[in-house]
Amino acid sequence: MQQKTTNQKAWFLVLPVLILVAFSAVIPLMTVVNYSVQDTFGNNQFFWAGLEWFQEMLSDERMWNALQRQLMFSGIILAIEVPLGIFVALNMPKSGFWSSFCLVVMSLPLLIPWNVVGTIWQIFGRVDIGLLGYTLEALGIDYNYTQNTISAWITIIVMDVWHWTSLVALLAFAGLKSIPDAYYQAARIDQANRWKVFRFIELPKMMGVLMIAILLRFMDSFMIYTEPFVVTGGGPGNATTLLSIDLVKMALGQFDLGPAAAFSLMYFLVILLISWVFYTVMVNLDKKGM
Amino acid sequence: MTDATAHTPAATKPRSLPKVNSRAVVMTLYLLFLMLPIYWLINMSLKTNAEILGSFSLWPRDLTFANYITILTDEAWYMGYVNSMIYVVMNTVISLAVALPAAYAFSRYNFLGDKHLFFWLLTNRMAPPAVFALPFFQLYSSIGLFDTHIAVALAHCLFNVPLAVWILEGFMRGVPKEIDETAYIDGYGFGRFFVKIFMPLIASGIGVAAFFCFMFSWVELLLSRTLTSVDAKPIAATMTRTVGAAGVDWGVLAAAGVLTIVPGALVIWFVRNYIAKGFALGRV
Repeated sequence: MQQKTTNQKAWFLVLPVLILVAFSAVIPLMTVVNYSVQDTFGNNQFFWAGLEWFQEMLSDERMWNALQRQLMFSGIILAIEVPLGIFVALNMPKSGFWSSFCLVVMSLPLLIPWNVVGTIWQIFGRVDIGLLGYTLEALGIDYNYTQNTISAWITIIVMDVWHWTSLVALLAFAGLKSIPDAYYQAARIDQANRWKVFRFIELPKMMGVLMIAILLRFMDSFMIYTEPFVVTGGGPGNATTLLSIDLVKMALGQFDLGPAAAFSLMYFLVILLISWVFYTVMVNLDKKGM
Repeated sequence: MTDATAHTPAATKPRSLPKVNSRAVVMTLYLLFLMLPIYWLINMSLKTNAEILGSFSLWPRDLTFANYITILTDEAWYMGYVNSMIYVVMNTVISLAVALPAAYAFSRYNFLGDKHLFFWLLTNRMAPPAVFALPFFQLYSSIGLFDTHIAVALAHCLFNVPLAVWILEGFMRGVPKEIDETAYIDGYGFGRFFVKIFMPLIASGIGVAAFFCFMFSWVELLLSRTLTSVDAKPIAATMTRTVGAAGVDWGVLAAAGVLTIVPGALVIWFVRNYIAKGFALGRV
């Protein structure tokens, strides 16, 4: 780690970023804050509404239900993707052509536009023309993601696992590669078994990257919109209406500016709060030199 | 030396052979799981609609490129790709141009509020696009930029500028500070030093940052769809066009999907060793 010098003139170098991000983040965010405390009857006339919208949203079951579904979704995909990603990383070839080959193929789903990911699974799961749906139907399993809640949930979860497990695997793999050979040699001398090597060498050494992976997966799954929207449109009923889908429905569909703005702010705050906790843990791990 | 290499495989073979196999099996299964849905999309894009709906087959019996020809000859279709390309390239250029000096400042200097600023940048990566969809729509409408490429490019800066700053900072930290100092002593001004000496040193970092800005702008749909209607409509939004009166044109939809995967697939080999670093915002 090199020593940094103190130089306040460095602010000039940061200034362009500051102006640009202020334009594309702060101004819109202030618009949201503005709407969240006002009421309108059209004609651009606004009235002070104070915290009314926040109170309304907090007592509204709609938001709580969406939040519940969102937490369930994020929880399930984290519980699947993190262990699966670590498992895949442990099995990846360490070097040579096959290592590169795996890296490239695994990255492919990460680079597909999100609505195309939705389209792929929409097609793949259809009972009439999709491989998955057709096979399940042929096996006599009742599966229909447009009408059956459980099928819809399984589809969007498998889709997310398909889409993002590679991210966890790639990060875990990067962590594994940074472990010096000497560690493994020491373990061999101590005759540590495979589990002990994983538990006491690989897992602690991967902790830093895993925290990043969990942070990223949490954040991104919490604001997921496009993929489930393309596949299920939030249905059947409201069964897969996650927070973002609900918010877009409210803001752009029904144009309920006040409630939508209050919703937005609380939504953003929840993400910020949880991410900040992760970030603090991450920075502390960094300081411990991991 | 040759003796040792000749002996080791023989000694470890009986024990490590089953292990190698199980690894290969796990990886094959996982890669198969990843490739199957993509294969199915490609398979469908090469079929006629009659075949897609009429019979179920694992590969196209009646191979046709008509779906691709439809897309590449119909202006309404290929302009979607052109529009996407325009705003994506604009966004990449803007993001890199502002992120380069900022990343240099973060990697070299302490200044008032630097750590807070760095975290604040990250919070923009955490902001749900759904929260920003409506305010962006109103902001860009009010300044007359609605349905222009630059509006989408600026909107995508929301998450791409922090991304670029974080990735570049990660690469710049690896460049020894002595190089800067030597250059200043040699009489280089900041601008000349930065362009002539520093940027070539972190060329791979710039490449990786550009790739990720490109990618994240390319895959995003919600904001680009909200901010455009006709003139700057991205390919992702054009894809909803396939739902017509006669039902969904599955073949063309699949072909359009395949074509959106191509740009990423073409360059991924070059950044394969930096993929993890890029997705983790330079923190690996």
